[in-house]
Amino acid sequence: MPLPWFPLPWIIVFVPWAGALALLALPREKPAALVNIAISAVGLVLALGLFGHPEGEQGWTRVDALNTPLVVLAFLIGLTTAIFSAGAVAQEGFDALRLRAYHGAFQLFMGAQALALLADNMGVMWVAIEIATLASVLMVAVHGTPAAIEAAWKLFILCGVGIALALLGTIFLYLAAQPLVRHGDGGLSWAVLHRVAAQCDPGVLNLAFIFLLVGYGTKAGLVPLHAWLPDAEAEGPIAISAVLSGLLLNAALHAVLRAKAIVGAHPGTVAPGPFLIGLGLASVLLAASALWRRRDARRFFAWSSIQHMGLAAVAFGFGGATANLAGLLHMLGHSLCKSAVFFGLGHAAQLKGTQKIAGIGGLVASHPGLGWGLAIAVAAVAGLPPFALFASEFLLLTEVVARAWWWSLPLGLGVMMAAAAKVQTLQLMCFGEPTPDAPDAPARWAEATTLGPLWLHLGLALLLGLALPGPLAALLAAAARIPG
Amino acid sequence: MRPRHAGGVPSARCAWGHGELTFGQLPYDVAHLLGGGMLLLSFMLLYQRRIAAVINALAMQGAILAAAAAWQGFVQAAPQLYLTALIALAAKAVLIPLALRLAIRRLDLHRAAETALGIGPSLMAGVALVALAILVVLPITAGAHAIAREDMALALSVVLLGMLMMITRRNAILQVVGLMSMENGLILAAVGVTGMPLVVELSTAALVMVLLVVAGVFVFQIRERFDTVDIGLVEPHRGEQP
Repeated sequence: MPLPWFPLPWIIVFVPWAGALALLALPREKPAALVNIAISAVGLVLALGLFGHPEGEQGWTRVDALNTPLVVLAFLIGLTTAIFSAGAVAQEGFDALRLRAYHGAFQLFMGAQALALLADNMGVMWVAIEIATLASVLMVAVHGTPAAIEAAWKLFILCGVGIALALLGTIFLYLAAQPLVRHGDGGLSWAVLHRVAAQCDPGVLNLAFIFLLVGYGTKAGLVPLHAWLPDAEAEGPIAISAVLSGLLLNAALHAVLRAKAIVGAHPGTVAPGPFLIGLGLASVLLAASALWRRRDARRFFAWSSIQHMGLAAVAFGFGGATANLAGLLHMLGHSLCKSAVFFGLGHAAQLKGTQKIAGIGGLVASHPGLGWGLAIAVAAVAGLPPFALFASEFLLLTEVVARAWWWSLPLGLGVMMAAAAKVQTLQLMCFGEPTPDAPDAPARWAEATTLGPLWLHLGLALLLGLALPGPLAALLAAAARIPG
Repeated sequence: MRPRHAGGVPSARCAWGHGELTFGQLPYDVAHLLGGGMLLLSFMLLYQRRIAAVINALAMQGAILAAAAAWQGFVQAAPQLYLTALIALAAKAVLIPLALRLAIRRLDLHRAAETALGIGPSLMAGVALVALAILVVLPITAGAHAIAREDMALALSVVLLGMLMMITRRNAILQVVGLMSMENGLILAAVGVTGMPLVVELSTAALVMVLLVVAGVFVFQIRERFDTVDIGLVEPHRGEQP
């Protein structure tokens, strides 16, 4: 048992940041990739230590059932992405400067991601999400092509507006709590705000929640301000798509959940649930129709992220133990399956020299290992059984039918349309006539660094979907009570 | 971080005096004068056609923000707000406007900036947003002190006008100016709320973001890539063509 003063959360944050400094100094490809893997592995070991960490707040940080699984998952995906990146980075054609920026930004992002999840102070959480945004802008822009710059510009402008609104929401939160706390950092502490929320002014809390929802919702890819996500996923280095989809969106949605917990603790506020359901449902339906018109495979799966984040938002909007559990399971399952897809797709795109869906065909015939792996990963993302996303969507839909069945009609329609679009893309990419490979194919060992992480993720998604281990189930059940 | 108030001290207590501050008392009047000045400059940002004039207005707004932060530091007896004021003055009134001027000279942008919406409709939309901000903030913050709630209404207006500017201006540099103007509004809100923790940290973090993007404009030489910083012409690079 760690001592209560032992700052494990801060160590988890600062190990990647120290690693980022080291990586900024490493200009050679092989050593940098290996150091990147080593730092990610240390991060994962430290994050696993959170399971033994006493719950509660500790200065600016807190450890509880809601953020522990998300942090561990983040570092797990960080490690597998670092392994995948070691095989994929040779094809990106970076010069020494870009290589340093790429690896440094990756670890900067990992540390900020951890801080965003572990922060108890809402101001610190905001700063962490801002750092993660800047790191992702850098990672997306690193190629320097017009398309990459435009994607980074869009990411910066839309997310800049988003986090500005989130800061305004944070200020309003403090304004609501100010008559009750009156001094010091406590006024922005989630634990303190959650405790005093019932006596705060409900009007100010409502206003705070709207700004926090729209602000952090932008970063979570929820609909009115989602436009940055497809371009950012499509134009950055291939390995980055896995962490953008798998981690950044979760951290933003987690921030929305923290805000919902505070506002929901006051009985007199406008219920936050319907806002989340509205934005979530709009995301699901828009993505379900947009998926049919995509020709670029990476943009296709970015739209699928918008759809899955929408589903999770709907689940948290309904609230209550079961729906929240479905939402959490959906977040975890989506991260695992979507990053598995991006590993397989990234390798396929490098093999074929294109990321157009039409250019990637017949993978099963030409590259059986990769083809089947990608096919099963896409099926998992489409929500087919027996993977985690099937379990969470099933849990969500049964809960919705039991509580307010009319919502299940648009929700079911969105889920079905999106699943059908993904199955169609699966058939186009994995079956049928193979398309020709690009002349400069990646090294053979890059297939191992792709398929290892891919199958590991699928195995874990299978475990989450079929047989949730007892202690993890208890942890998730405890977490499901936090957002209310 | 040092707590700004010792526990139990009423939040309306200030260096100036005791009790509720209202119209006709100097702390209140000066705070409103400065907040109103920022709002006025937000309107100037909406209608100026020349990029150089827009940057001047932004520098002015940064200077007034610094004055507002320093005044709040004095009124609330909160010395760390002087630091916020100093940072705002150095970065927002001097450094960033200079860098932007250098950028427009390098990129040869001495021309009028296109607006997606005409000047008249922009200003009307701006007035509507200010009315909205007042209608939203004043009723629900009835419990808070007058100085804080009216500051919040002004700050929200500045934020919304900054957003409007980002929507109506299609030019990349002017979008950065819009974002900075939004941040000026945010910092006005943060310094106006008595006892807000982490103001210095939050305002610095917000500033770092803008500094990095201004640096990005130089490093990536956006003009070389697109031949223009008008983002309307960047759209074809979306990679979604058949």
